[in-house]
Amino acid sequence: MNRLRLTRWLVSLPPTLFLLLFFVAPSLLMIVTSFRYPGEFGGLAPLSTPEMDLAEGGSGLYGLTLETYRFFFSDILYAEIFLKSFAIATATTLICLVMAYPVAMLIARSTKKYRNLMVLLVVLPFASNFLIRIYAWMIILGPESTFSHLINSILGVLGFEPVMLLFSPFAVLVGTVYVHLPFMILPLYTNLEKHDPVLLDAAQDLGANRWQRFWRVTWPQSLPGVFSGSALVFIPVLGMFAIPDILGGTGDILIGNLIKDQFLGTRDWPFGSTLSIMLTLAVLSVAGLATWFARSRAASGN
Amino acid sequence: MKRNNLTLWLAAIPVYAFLYIPLIVVIVYSFNDSRLNAEWVGFTLDWYYKLFNNGEMLLAARNSLIIAITASLLATVLGTMAGLAIHRYRLKVLPVLAFTPIAMPEILLGVSLLLFFLQVLNLTLGMVSIIIAHTTFCIGFVAIIVRARLQGMDDSIFEAARDLGATPWQTFRLITLPLIMPAVAAGALMSFTLSIDDFVITFFTKGVGEPILPIQIYTMIKISVTPEVNAISTLLMLLTLVLIILANRLDAGALRGE
Amino acid sequence: MALLELRDVTRRFGDFTAVDRVNLSIEAGELFTLLGPSGCGKTTLLRMIAGFDVPDSGQILLDGQDIANTPPEKRPIHTVFQSYALFPHMTVADNVAFPLKMSGKAPAEIKKRVEKALEEVQLSRFAHRFPHELSGGQRQRVAFARGLINRPRLLLMDEPLGALDAKLREDMQRELINLQKEVGITFVFVTHSQDEALALSQRIAVMNQGKVEQIGEPSVIYGYPANRFIADFIGKINLMTAQVTQISDNDMTLEIDQLGTTTLPLKRGVKAGDQGVMAIRPEQVSVHALTRHAELPPAHTGKVLDFLYVGDVTTYIVELDCGIRMEALLANSSPGRARFFEVGDPVIVSWTREAAQFLMD
Repeated sequence: MNRLRLTRWLVSLPPTLFLLLFFVAPSLLMIVTSFRYPGEFGGLAPLSTPEMDLAEGGSGLYGLTLETYRFFFSDILYAEIFLKSFAIATATTLICLVMAYPVAMLIARSTKKYRNLMVLLVVLPFASNFLIRIYAWMIILGPESTFSHLINSILGVLGFEPVMLLFSPFAVLVGTVYVHLPFMILPLYTNLEKHDPVLLDAAQDLGANRWQRFWRVTWPQSLPGVFSGSALVFIPVLGMFAIPDILGGTGDILIGNLIKDQFLGTRDWPFGSTLSIMLTLAVLSVAGLATWFARSRAASGN
Repeated sequence: MKRNNLTLWLAAIPVYAFLYIPLIVVIVYSFNDSRLNAEWVGFTLDWYYKLFNNGEMLLAARNSLIIAITASLLATVLGTMAGLAIHRYRLKVLPVLAFTPIAMPEILLGVSLLLFFLQVLNLTLGMVSIIIAHTTFCIGFVAIIVRARLQGMDDSIFEAARDLGATPWQTFRLITLPLIMPAVAAGALMSFTLSIDDFVITFFTKGVGEPILPIQIYTMIKISVTPEVNAISTLLMLLTLVLIILANRLDAGALRGE
Repeated sequence: MALLELRDVTRRFGDFTAVDRVNLSIEAGELFTLLGPSGCGKTTLLRMIAGFDVPDSGQILLDGQDIANTPPEKRPIHTVFQSYALFPHMTVADNVAFPLKMSGKAPAEIKKRVEKALEEVQLSRFAHRFPHELSGGQRQRVAFARGLINRPRLLLMDEPLGALDAKLREDMQRELINLQKEVGITFVFVTHSQDEALALSQRIAVMNQGKVEQIGEPSVIYGYPANRFIADFIGKINLMTAQVTQISDNDMTLEIDQLGTTTLPLKRGVKAGDQGVMAIRPEQVSVHALTRHAELPPAHTGKVLDFLYVGDVTTYIVELDCGIRMEALLANSSPGRARFFEVGDPVIVSWTREAAQFLMD
């Protein structure tokens, strides 16, 4: 049996070691870092050094501490930013769901020949650089663009002041929806493709109209796909920073921007780590909720 | 059922348009003889000329290519091993290790690697740190694609090979590898695409040294917006278009596997 | 010396014992079958013989050498898998050539032998096709050609005929027996189909819950099952609860529930007081119309409850006056005449002393 066991280790060890080293270790490090003091010039204060002792004339700030967490919970600002991030994430997910569903249904119902093409058409924009997709909206929503002129003239006709479309929460939302739409379409379509059309026929046979057929037959069956897609949209949007950074105004900071500032701006690594831990907890709870929903759905038997 | 599809088409077409129109705008304005991305003035290739004369941009492109090739090679080898191991030995830990980086917001991975490189490894941030970072999140993609391919196959053929006299290595070389090759290739292409396009993780792990393409684009967008950005965007889009179509030809299920 | 010998082979998976101290030996040139219901351990045993699993204890001897720890590629034993396991990316010819390539034969020799092997299974025309272009029966023949081409000492087969339809299965059974006679290789089958086992084998080992219950020729297994499980598993049988009341030099007396007393030839190892069943095969039950008194002991009277006509034979379900129900199988010897009896006909049911057996659990 040594032979077989050897092969098993040979094949699974390299990727496991690599990921333990470059994924698990950094994550653990981040947790530890959140419990440390920031260094004088950014970075981290040492874990223990007599030079820092108050008695020796140092700042006394070394070792492990809960200071960052206290700070996080003390200022209402951070709670607000978290709430804002959740709000944008929720809005994005819902809008994506409404937009993605018809497309996913259409693809699922198409003949095999067209299906591959249509899926490809959905994936291609996703394949282009993330920044390009955001930049494109900078152009379209910019004050000089045709689109802006159009919107503003309509508003003018209705008696409103002209609005700046760019650098606003609206622009951020458009950006997040645009970037994540394919992530909602694909899981939905994968799920819808597996639906048995016979069920719809049976429902029609029993007198259900189109809306009822959708609501009672298609929608419940599609829920696993809805959950997958929602998770694939909600979670990345929670941690987003580039879109608010480029399309948003100075007031549109989300958690991601905060984290970025801490690490690359003020270089307050402990606090940045704390924020990251908070974000991770948020993500885990959302993921946990989604899994719980999915399981209770499966248990109640559909 | 045809009437049903009509409503669907009516709802779906605007969505497809929504997906493509912004990109078309970018492409069109890359040929626009005007500094502003506002109105169409005339056709020109000026911006492309400017692009090819931009030393910094060319350097960034070269660096991104080097990173993408290296990272995708590493990720393909490690990811294929992971996919094989997960399928054959029904491992519990490795799937979590491989797939979590994909599911999490990228910023978390970027930030934790930043800390790790500077604090623990004392590594100056640069090409190497970026390559490692990219490999980490690409492994999962390759693993998914390879595993999906293996799941669609009759597992007994590997035992049959051993039974008929092939050593484990021969079984891998003559049976396993040829059969998973389309998936491996598709995985490699996907990794390459993801690496060339990556912004967030690169942003945190690049340090201050070498220019990298997506970061260059970001700087241009934030500081001085000229249609040069449109030009490089168009070229990048073309590249990824070709790669994705190739990957699709090799393994159509790869894209859906996500 | 036996070709393959298993000594006290045991394999456990956690708390579950899949193979429990199995002992058997297989002679060179035999057609041997491991027969049993799902989960009896026959597949685990097969995998250990092939080399894909290692026994926790015991020995597997091939020509006297213990091969329990030899890897599969080094054993001169080949397997035909249930799914045939043809390599999808290789042609039929390449599939069949594979074992020869692995043993390092020269290309010229490989080409010749592959041609010959394909001729033997009548697939020469398909040499350059791919497995997905072949039918199930054709794929199976490729699997055989591939397994036999370098003349292994032993060819193992896991439910080889399961995926084929009835007519094809019969053809393949005949082909298999002929092939074996020509080539002379030892075959070991694993199957849960007792029809297949009875038709194909020279010897059968019946397994249940990890143990070998009985080994013997088909006629012995069928005619003299060692215990109740085997009698019930193979073919149809009438079982009646019984107890041994008396033993003498040549006979034993049984007390059968509801039926009464009967005397049978003494079975070895049986003592007074033993509980078990009296077993009689349906085809050995005689049914006659109740017109006159018969003088065959023991005779019982009853009525026909139901029957099942399947073309060549008819099974009658008879309810005896004492309450017991029995099945009797009669050949439909006259064409066109579907049955001899109608529902409700009064009949006499009888069997010879030798036909009845006493079995314990």
